[in-house]
Amino acid sequence: MKFDKPATENPIDHLKVVGRATDRIDGPLKTTGTAPYAYDRNDVIANPAVGYIVGAAIGKGRISSIDTSAAKAAPGVIAVVTYQNAGKLAKGNFNTALLVGGPEIQHYHQAIAVVVAETFEQARDAASLVHVQYTRGEGKFDLERFKDSAPPYRKDVFGSAAASQVGDFEGAFAKAPVQLDATYRTAHESHMMMEPHATIAAWQGDQLTVWTSNQMVNWAVGDLAKTLGIPKEKVHVMSPYIGGGFGGKLFLRADVVMAALAARAAGRPVKVQLQRALLPNNTTHRTATIQHIRIGAGKDGKITAIAHDSVSGDLPGGNPETCAMQTRKLYAGEHRMTAHRLAALDLPEANAMRAPGEAPGMAALEIAIDELAEKVGMDPVELRIVNDTQFVPDNPAKPPSNDPQSKKPEGKEKHNPHPPFSQRHFVECLRTGAQKFGWEKRNARPAQVRDGRWLVGMGVAAAFRDNLLTKSAARVRIDQHGIVTVETDMTDIGTGSYTIIAQTAAEVMGVPLEKVVVRLGDSTFPVSCGSGGQWGGNNSTAGVYAACMKLREALAKNGGMVDKPLVAEDLIEYGDLDKQYQQSTFGAHFVEVGVDAATGETRVRRMLAVCACGRILNPKTARSQVIGAMTMGVGAALMEELAVDTRHGYFVNHDLAMYEVPVHADIPHQEVIFLDEVDPISSPMKAKGVAELGICGVAAAVANAIYNATGVRVRSYPITLDKLLDRLPFAT
Amino acid sequence: MSDFNPKRRRLLQAGAAASAAAAAPFVPSEAEATMAQTSKASSTPAVNVRLRVNGTEHTIMLDPRTTLLDAVRERLHLTGPKKGCDQGQCGACTMIVDGRRIASCLTLAVMQEGHDITTIEGLGTPKNLHPMQAAFVKHDGYQCGFCTPGQICAAVAMLDEVKAGVPSHVTADITRAPEMSNAEFRERMSGNICRCGAYSNIQEAIAEVAGVTRT
Amino acid sequence: MKQFTYERAQSPADAAASAARMQGTRFIGGGTNLLDLMKLQIETPSHLIDVNDLGFDKIEPTPEGGLRIGASVRNTALAADERVRRDYGVLTRAIVAGASGQIRNMATTAGNLLQRTRCPYFYDTNMPCNKRRPGSGCSAIGGFTRHHAIVGQSEACIATHPSDMAVAMRALDATVETVRPDGSTRTIPIADFHRLPGNTPHIDHNLEPGELITAVTLPKPVGGMQIYRKVRDRSSYAFALVSVAAIVQRDGSGRVALGGVAHKPWRVEDADRAMAQGAKAVADALVGNARTTEHNAFKVPLVGRTLASVLAEAKG
Repeated sequence: MKFDKPATENPIDHLKVVGRATDRIDGPLKTTGTAPYAYDRNDVIANPAVGYIVGAAIGKGRISSIDTSAAKAAPGVIAVVTYQNAGKLAKGNFNTALLVGGPEIQHYHQAIAVVVAETFEQARDAASLVHVQYTRGEGKFDLERFKDSAPPYRKDVFGSAAASQVGDFEGAFAKAPVQLDATYRTAHESHMMMEPHATIAAWQGDQLTVWTSNQMVNWAVGDLAKTLGIPKEKVHVMSPYIGGGFGGKLFLRADVVMAALAARAAGRPVKVQLQRALLPNNTTHRTATIQHIRIGAGKDGKITAIAHDSVSGDLPGGNPETCAMQTRKLYAGEHRMTAHRLAALDLPEANAMRAPGEAPGMAALEIAIDELAEKVGMDPVELRIVNDTQFVPDNPAKPPSNDPQSKKPEGKEKHNPHPPFSQRHFVECLRTGAQKFGWEKRNARPAQVRDGRWLVGMGVAAAFRDNLLTKSAARVRIDQHGIVTVETDMTDIGTGSYTIIAQTAAEVMGVPLEKVVVRLGDSTFPVSCGSGGQWGGNNSTAGVYAACMKLREALAKNGGMVDKPLVAEDLIEYGDLDKQYQQSTFGAHFVEVGVDAATGETRVRRMLAVCACGRILNPKTARSQVIGAMTMGVGAALMEELAVDTRHGYFVNHDLAMYEVPVHADIPHQEVIFLDEVDPISSPMKAKGVAELGICGVAAAVANAIYNATGVRVRSYPITLDKLLDRLPFAT
Repeated sequence: MSDFNPKRRRLLQAGAAASAAAAAPFVPSEAEATMAQTSKASSTPAVNVRLRVNGTEHTIMLDPRTTLLDAVRERLHLTGPKKGCDQGQCGACTMIVDGRRIASCLTLAVMQEGHDITTIEGLGTPKNLHPMQAAFVKHDGYQCGFCTPGQICAAVAMLDEVKAGVPSHVTADITRAPEMSNAEFRERMSGNICRCGAYSNIQEAIAEVAGVTRT
Repeated sequence: MKQFTYERAQSPADAAASAARMQGTRFIGGGTNLLDLMKLQIETPSHLIDVNDLGFDKIEPTPEGGLRIGASVRNTALAADERVRRDYGVLTRAIVAGASGQIRNMATTAGNLLQRTRCPYFYDTNMPCNKRRPGSGCSAIGGFTRHHAIVGQSEACIATHPSDMAVAMRALDATVETVRPDGSTRTIPIADFHRLPGNTPHIDHNLEPGELITAVTLPKPVGGMQIYRKVRDRSSYAFALVSVAAIVQRDGSGRVALGGVAHKPWRVEDADRAMAQGAKAVADALVGNARTTEHNAFKVPLVGRTLASVLAEAKG
């Protein structure tokens, strides 16, 4: 099904099943411990050998020698695989660093060996007997050193130019009656999903089967085949349950490659789970950023000039964190500039984490807006409202692509420098939130409200994230008993895909939800959009919708009879509606914090998010996406930071004790309001993304609340107590 | 081996000598112990362990290094308890032992003989959910589901701790019985990390089971 | 984890005899710290003596009017004991501020005292560490030191002791009872139990090889307002940046011990004497001579501010 015109009325609009707050259909499995995650698959492989990964002990350099003889001789050991006996391995298209290191070491804890034994205990013990000598290399590990010298990123990002310019920013900024010029810093963060990357691999002849934990099954197939140098057709990937991803499982990772290599070497199936302590350095992370924001405004609060320059780092050949992208679209202003600069660093690979770009970008921009509001003397809600725009102020033309991966032919689309938003209910989000949260009770003067030990403050920030369209396919079958079975390689990483896909099929096929069986995460199923970039919900259900509509045709042709199983397969693909219109999701976050007047500890007391993001397919699971994102936002605001040892070049606090993420006690009851929005431009579902919108702006809302509580403006995340202490009003 | 008495002093030895070790208190000489340690045999010295899990007795030969978590997951194939960190830092492996929640990754299976072990599988089944499991479904107290078995086991045992009067960090007056309150539940559940961030909903589920209205 | 043999001792004499007879033994109680370190091969015992069946699981009154806490009393049970809650509130408060419900249900009184540092360089076996491998160097010095010591540290080690419970016990002047492998017993004042790193940071405490803790004794209750304040980045399940255990009497006299600042629970006599002069004087006595790094310099003002807050609370 080609979706190239705005949706008109369709079967989804009946909303008999879709749009209802529905319990997850996988709930009984997940709550009883019977949902099969990758490392649980005793049902498919009876007695696998166990692999244990050895990570590199240096940040950069070379292996000068590696001796596996003691490990091989250890009790129970079946095989030891290193770069020396792994065979030729290529780099996956989606990887920046090689997944198997050696002799060159690109980053700390890069996987350099897997030890395979009969049991986990034996493999772990033997792994300590792999003796490796290194020659340390000179590495670049400190982003701060490259703040000024990092070169502009030249390739395009998410289909758009990495830098943009509208009007004369410098001139307008210089003339602006109110000026803000500040630099903000966000920290390296780790996904730290609860399930570490895990895989069971089995070979039958030259056919490789892996049960793994991956958000993008089709990408995993391609990159696993490429890495091992085998045809894609010989690779079968299954990932039906995924213990969290947040972008950390978008790509093929070392667990899969090592399990496959280990199984080949051992001559039997092998399972591998990455040790938690390897996760922050071995896998990808969200990179730290240094963001310079300048805003010029009139005394009326209207922005006349806005510039956002973001510096981040990654391994050579990597990508920038695209922090300035939302600054092109969120607020009005005639003169503007955005830029992304990228320093080549030798830290582990930086890559996507929940709302890449916007999460750290909004964390900076939305403090800047708060600061501007104070300079102007305007309420920060009102300042945002007066700078609303219904057209994209800065939509640079995509530069000629030199990217061989680029799929779209160039020059065919007419470029619109100021496309309208398909829907934009930003102002309504702010007004609704302000009213529900009791914003009028906020004292605009900081450090005025006290509750016992606590200094209390409120903060607000905008939420903004684009809605992305990507094709997605599904197969739907109906049998004589009226059972509708949906198959797609879509994944459910906690997002609720199983349930919204079942709701979609039930709605279109006119059957009760109980009659729908959903099978996901198998590479033999039609290729879906996968889970990432908050595109999964809208696109995957649109693909299921397309397949169901085709099945309805087949049913009609069969006289409405199901005397035999009927099957249909189709995909949703998109025209250029996303070029004619800017599709984005909007929201507003309101946060109340208490800051201990003595110690500077910040505790979040209340949180509210108001979201306008198209049709909500299942308010229950959508709400969960938003509260989860709000929680991760609190982590980014208050505690999450991978600390870099710039001598050795690694993230020091690489476990869940030292890398603190929010716990129950950090999170109050959270309120979420979805505005009643339906977006016919997005897809037949009229839905948009929601999972990442929820994190965008949260950190800034917390930061702004801390400022309101204490009068201390912190521009560097996480806002730990040491950054407040010397400026807190309490005196000893 | 069936006369294995957890109260009897004993020394558990190499697989080859396991029956001898179980037959009588047996102290190896230094040399014997060294031999067992350096054996090139493909097997590792194993011990016989009797575990009572969800009311069922199991007798298994185990490498003494096996944690309770790994014994239950890899040998009994009860994979509800998860290995989220294997370091006692996440709570995904929570089991209930003699009514108390523990981190099953930080204890050896061999240390748990004679104890009553309950895993998530012992609380309820998909067709017959425990009230806490049903409440998690109703309130969407989970997302990816990986931490969920640990959260539920912890929640069930946590409510018993409050009932038993165990104080917590947020108990205002520790000389009195703690309240059944959301603040208490949040603090007490903090050993179970949920990176998806379902906390707010988990608290709704627990509050419902506890009969507490949200504060 | 290296291979080991395992034994469940049935009497203290049994345990001591095994410890005397065999090389490389470790006692195991809750196992929450020891097993974690064994998985990483930071601890590599060849023989484990399970000391959970020695009858050390009781809390009993002493003839002096104090309490004798068995070595294997679980942290939860200790914190929940009515007598502790009534008479040694700072101890209950400290325990429930530590770890998680699950860990407190497992961890023992003795094990809590014996837990090793959480220095990330100690935990990462790729990095030199004098505590893990004597003479290899201290990676923390010049590295990421947000959690590290500001007092009592040495050129060989700047790690902190992670226990909350031990800080309260230090304020309460607890004593540690032990039995040696030869069967002889002794008591060690908690002040002398933990060590500063000096040039032997691999030795955390003053127990002899094979010496087993049997109990921790609390002296007669001293009354007063008892407060334990733990300062940390997240609200729960985190190690202290700084913690304060304080016992404050009506007349303003009292005692104070700090966690998170040194290789051992930190108490200074001058600080106790300065109690009546207010928080600043107390803080000066405790950390006035602090040596800090860029990452942990904040702990000095934090100690002062936290003490001020605690003493204000004590006044009511």
